[in-house]
Amino acid sequence: MKKSKLFAVIGGLGMVALSAFLMSADHMDAPSVKGSSADIADFYAFQGENNNNFVFVANIQGLLPAGQATEQAVFDESVLIEFNIDKDNDLKEDLVIQAIKRGDSMHFFGPAVPEYTGDEGLRSTILTSSTRRSVKISTIDDIEVAEIDGIKLFAGPREDPFFFDLNKYNIILAGDATEFSSQGTDYYAGKNVLSVVIELPKSMLPGGTVGVNQFSPDTPMYNVWVESKRKI
Amino acid sequence: MKTLKYITLFAALGSLLLFTQCKDDDDNIIINATCSDGVKNGDETGIDCGGSMCDPCDESGLDFSGVYIQEDQMGRPSINTMFGTLGYRDTYNVTVPSKMQVEFQSMMESKLLLLNPNYTTNVWGLDATAFSTLLSNDVLWLAETGETTYSNGVDILTGRALGEDVMNTTLQLIYGGADGTENPGLTDDGVPSNDAQFSNSFPYLAPPF
Repeated sequence: MKKSKLFAVIGGLGMVALSAFLMSADHMDAPSVKGSSADIADFYAFQGENNNNFVFVANIQGLLPAGQATEQAVFDESVLIEFNIDKDNDLKEDLVIQAIKRGDSMHFFGPAVPEYTGDEGLRSTILTSSTRRSVKISTIDDIEVAEIDGIKLFAGPREDPFFFDLNKYNIILAGDATEFSSQGTDYYAGKNVLSVVIELPKSMLPGGTVGVNQFSPDTPMYNVWVESKRKI
Repeated sequence: MKTLKYITLFAALGSLLLFTQCKDDDDNIIINATCSDGVKNGDETGIDCGGSMCDPCDESGLDFSGVYIQEDQMGRPSINTMFGTLGYRDTYNVTVPSKMQVEFQSMMESKLLLLNPNYTTNVWGLDATAFSTLLSNDVLWLAETGETTYSNGVDILTGRALGEDVMNTTLQLIYGGADGTENPGLTDDGVPSNDAQFSNSFPYLAPPF
């Protein structure tokens, strides 16, 4: 009798712990990657300052507080950051740009044809037969930018460019408020991320495809996305 | 006398441990070398690469060998935040884009109608099925030429630049109705811009705090 009571209490505590986890996990990314060295916080793709270039940005390990947490944040040598480019709208990667840390540098491979695509695209090998270009990883004070073959490279801590009143939205979703405040609070204010940025000439990519985007049907488009992959 | 005994005993044990340790190390080099033990051993020319057993090393001597398996994926902003439900988010992150629509479109349509039960269409003219179909393929469209913007009032989904208020865009598409004016309290989070200035030049993002 005593034993079963004890189990009931343990079971109850378990439920409380579980529900706390569910709520915290709901804020950001999926539970299994949230806060890990492979957690992608954000992805940007845009035309560069030079309109003949594209810029790809992957932000990982989001919500780093200023100071020590940012100073000590490091890229994980077992995690591959991979920008994927689909030129013909079959939603399968035709080219990838890979970035991975070794020592004090971030090494970039591609754009190059990946070994695995489509249904097998959850796997990757590093495309060492393509050209490797590297940049020393920046710190808060030491900013390193490499420019090789018309390609610019950066890896290191940056201010988190995302902004949103996430707390208020969660309060609204929980039914405890009906609208946002006119003066919202940026949940990401004062926070940093680890960024990987590459700018490359558009001429390094094959052409895109028209008829992809119903809002601009005559403009050739690429499908682009970023993945993080861990060495097994 | 007792103390001396203990010292002798410790010394004996200590040298035994030392001996075992050395023997173990030797064994590792000769017998237990593998291409995935994180150590340069056997006849490897780098860590887990080169030699007669392992994949060749990169000419730099750096080890880029091995297979990497996906843990996270992202195309458009806010898809996981706004439309993710528990369990589904993990699956989403390890699903290839060409399978996403089949796997997730109906779930995303349900979530959309859960967020806004009065949803009919939005400022992009997309009903619930069309909107959730578009979003379910979590890739970002990037225009080969011209303006690259998530939504700037003229161009739609031709890229994503820094500084764009993608959350207000998303909120308006979910809650704002056909002309964007419905549910005004839910279509603007009151945070109009980032808390740091971006640069017009590489690497574009602002220095860390």
